[in-house]
Amino acid sequence: MGDADPGDCERPFNRPAAVTTPTSSPALRLDGVSKSFRRETGESVLALDHISFSVDRGGLAALVGPDGAGKTTLIRLLTGLLKAESGVVTVLGIDAAKDPQAIQSRISYMPQQFGLYDDLTVFENLNLYADLHGVTSENRRTQYARLMEMTGLEPFQKRLAGKLSGGMKQKLGLACTLVRSPELLLLDEPTVGVDPLSRRELWEIIRKLVKEGMTVLISSSFLDEAEACEHVLVLNEGKKLAEGPPAEVSGLALGRTFLAQPPDGMKPRDFQARLLAEPDIVDAVPESGQVRLVSQAGRGSGTGIFGGVAAQPTPARFEDGFMVLLQQSGGAKPIDAKTLQPEEPLGGSRNESVVEVHDLDRRFGKFVAVDHASFNVKRGEIFGLLGPNGAGKTTTFRMLCGLLPPSGGTLTVAGVDVRRASASARQHLGYVAQKFSLYGQLSVGDNLAFFARAYGLGGEKKSERIAWALSQFKLEPFVRLPSAHLPGGFKQRLAMAASLLHRPEILFLDEPTSGADPFARREFWQRITALAAGGVTVIVTTHFMEEAEYCDRAAILDNGKLLAQGTPAELRARAPSEEGRTPTMEDAFIAIVLEARGKPAGKSGENPS
Amino acid sequence: MKSWSEKLRRIRALTLKETRQILRDPSSIAIGVVFPLMMILLFGYGLSLDITRVSVAMVDEDASSESAALIGAFRLSPYFGVTVVHSMAEAKKLVQNRKADGALLIPSDFSRRWHSGDAEIQILVNGTDPNQARIMQGYAQGPIAQWGAAHAGSSSSFPAGPVVVVDRMWFNENNDSHYFLVPGLIVLVMTIIGAFLTAMVVAREWERGTLEALFVTPMRAGEFLVSKFLPYFGLGMVGFLLCLLAGHFLFHVPLRGSLFLLSLASMTYLVVALGIGLLVSTLVKSQFLASQLAMLLTFLPAMMLSGFLYDLRSMPAFIRGITYALPARYAVALMQTLYLAGDVGSVIWLNLGILAAMAAALLAATRLATRKQLT
Repeated sequence: MGDADPGDCERPFNRPAAVTTPTSSPALRLDGVSKSFRRETGESVLALDHISFSVDRGGLAALVGPDGAGKTTLIRLLTGLLKAESGVVTVLGIDAAKDPQAIQSRISYMPQQFGLYDDLTVFENLNLYADLHGVTSENRRTQYARLMEMTGLEPFQKRLAGKLSGGMKQKLGLACTLVRSPELLLLDEPTVGVDPLSRRELWEIIRKLVKEGMTVLISSSFLDEAEACEHVLVLNEGKKLAEGPPAEVSGLALGRTFLAQPPDGMKPRDFQARLLAEPDIVDAVPESGQVRLVSQAGRGSGTGIFGGVAAQPTPARFEDGFMVLLQQSGGAKPIDAKTLQPEEPLGGSRNESVVEVHDLDRRFGKFVAVDHASFNVKRGEIFGLLGPNGAGKTTTFRMLCGLLPPSGGTLTVAGVDVRRASASARQHLGYVAQKFSLYGQLSVGDNLAFFARAYGLGGEKKSERIAWALSQFKLEPFVRLPSAHLPGGFKQRLAMAASLLHRPEILFLDEPTSGADPFARREFWQRITALAAGGVTVIVTTHFMEEAEYCDRAAILDNGKLLAQGTPAELRARAPSEEGRTPTMEDAFIAIVLEARGKPAGKSGENPS
Repeated sequence: MKSWSEKLRRIRALTLKETRQILRDPSSIAIGVVFPLMMILLFGYGLSLDITRVSVAMVDEDASSESAALIGAFRLSPYFGVTVVHSMAEAKKLVQNRKADGALLIPSDFSRRWHSGDAEIQILVNGTDPNQARIMQGYAQGPIAQWGAAHAGSSSSFPAGPVVVVDRMWFNENNDSHYFLVPGLIVLVMTIIGAFLTAMVVAREWERGTLEALFVTPMRAGEFLVSKFLPYFGLGMVGFLLCLLAGHFLFHVPLRGSLFLLSLASMTYLVVALGIGLLVSTLVKSQFLASQLAMLLTFLPAMMLSGFLYDLRSMPAFIRGITYALPARYAVALMQTLYLAGDVGSVIWLNLGILAAMAAALLAATRLATRKQLT
């Protein structure tokens, strides 16, 4: 315990932090850094492979890449909480291997789980960090006032942190790291699972801090957030794909991006599938009723005819560049719904409602998880439930599947009242939970065999369905592998394969794309498109707003309330249109939530007082 | 100088946070206060190793005045509840149905043979609980001897009065099992709060990622440990106080040693328990594993292998060898000595010394194992 106290940090908030070291040296720097981990099975996984990267003082840098890319490992190396195996990590001029405490005393870090104490109040959480950082009481007064104004937490000071909403928690987490002005701020995926509105507010705070001279490094799996930064490091499976200003990454797709209008009567997702099947297209994704596409490099940029339709050139986004990068490093492009093995379509009329929810209500004590929601879903539709964490999506799902009894309202699934006969209704359902819920120690083949039997399949039928699942989800190479050892994306595929063995009429997917890279997300939606074409009704939750574009209809949930529902076009129409661009689903979400929050609680909120 | 005041301020802030969490978390209160109370009541009232009012079915085939007097002697004894039945078959049925703990047969030739000096009675005890059976067998000697003594004078043909063995139990004159359960209970409660609860709360910080955020501050690993140590030490002392009060007011267990030494011994053992809890949670970093390990390493040995319930001397040598590695053994010896025998210097200083050495070693190991590092 006798260690000295090197970097002390009583510093007024507004004074620029960087005074102790010359401004010429970068705020952080990695030179050929590698780090590997040992899995439980004994095999070693390279989390970071010879990464070199630096961020200048006063800069705003982003670390982007899918889950498992090595983002968290890199940030932990910078905090000195992990030691690099090779290479040098330097933060604020200090070698992280030699004096991690000196770094830890001078930087601020918000881990993915925020580091808040749920059973302390907002104010007590702030005080704890202020005490740890040695903020004097005079500084505290000015600082807190500023933080409260910045985060809007003022009215909640006495509330327990555990009782805050996701967005509020995240802001409190940020406020705790800002009780004094750090020289470097490290944020690990601060925006995952929070609603677009909070996300927008958080970014405003970050921009303000950078303007004041703070250096900020933020990791994110939202690619659009990279565009807001000056400097970007793109990671994938521990390898550096690119580094530089985001425009450089977007530039890889320069002159190759187009927006195409689907032919009359064709759904954007079906048109996307058609485009993806074409050899000269690298990527296609539905966007605001159209399809955004990236063409192959060799193709002349002048000719804008794709899939028999004339497409308009459009500026390249970061994600387009990212897809080009992924293709360059891996060579593959997303699978398309067209080439997926078609199944014999399920029968039944397309106009029939297979899910009817009326006035659905669920309370846990005083807490209202789902507040009088009503919607219905027709056969073969893709229906999306959009909303941030805690909006009530999973609770709604559990009630639909008969796993949780509702507190009120009626629920009919596949013609059966789930409240009375959930067992028979479940025979028509497939459910993929948010967490991987298959047996990790069983092999891929054993898992499928188990679920086939659990659904009552046997003999010829059983082997036939398992063979179908293995080929459809490209799981053949892994038949004998224990499923716990599957790479992330394949686990999700296996879970989906298992849920489809009994050919359910209705498939429920809870946050299937959370944390997945854009490539895996494209493939996932292609499979869903193919299923819907075969007559399967799909109900899916997501916090990626743009994924609503794949849906026939979607509902927007916030704080347990179903705020709006309709086709993607109807929802988008609720957003104010800005000049020069069509509103996105995220704009629509924000507009709808703001509208709902702005109105008084009663429905007829116009009574004069 | 300044760095020391900073250190103290950080420790104060962390300790305050920990205390608030204990007060607000129902599970800490449950384990820290409700659990000791439950143990006190359970061990105090539920698990008494004494047997009172053993129900015995008596079959009187003799039907003489002597046999009636013998039955009367049993009726007068506070240790027996007597049911008189008419046949052995009936008595057997009562024992089988657990309505009686044993049977006593006075054979038809009892009075005749008594006068000739070789009377026999048959005692049948339910052997499914050997401990109880043995005690009952012993108890039965009491009324028989009493009866024998009373009749000795009245009968001229009886050669001499039977030899009556007078037992005297030292240190636990009332032969009351609370006398040795209460001291052991203190050890058990300290174990739960010190090792089990502490292991859980530190592992929880690892699991919830709060420690990761705390680590990237000027806080030192040692300061974190001190802030975990202090509040749980306080909570452990609350548990100690509860046991002390219960022992005195509910079970009237006399404290023959000094209160000071008893407190000192309890605190030393509490430090050992806290050391184990902190070390376990630092090493495994998962609440589930930490709680299982703490249970296995501390609670179960404290119950089974400490001399709390079972006599160490009657264990096989190998098992007895293991008990020397268990801190609870020394603590139970200390507590029982202090409560029942008094300040016996040689016993106290040896056991206290061993516990103090264990405490120091555990704290040092914990400090070394706690690194501001993730793996």
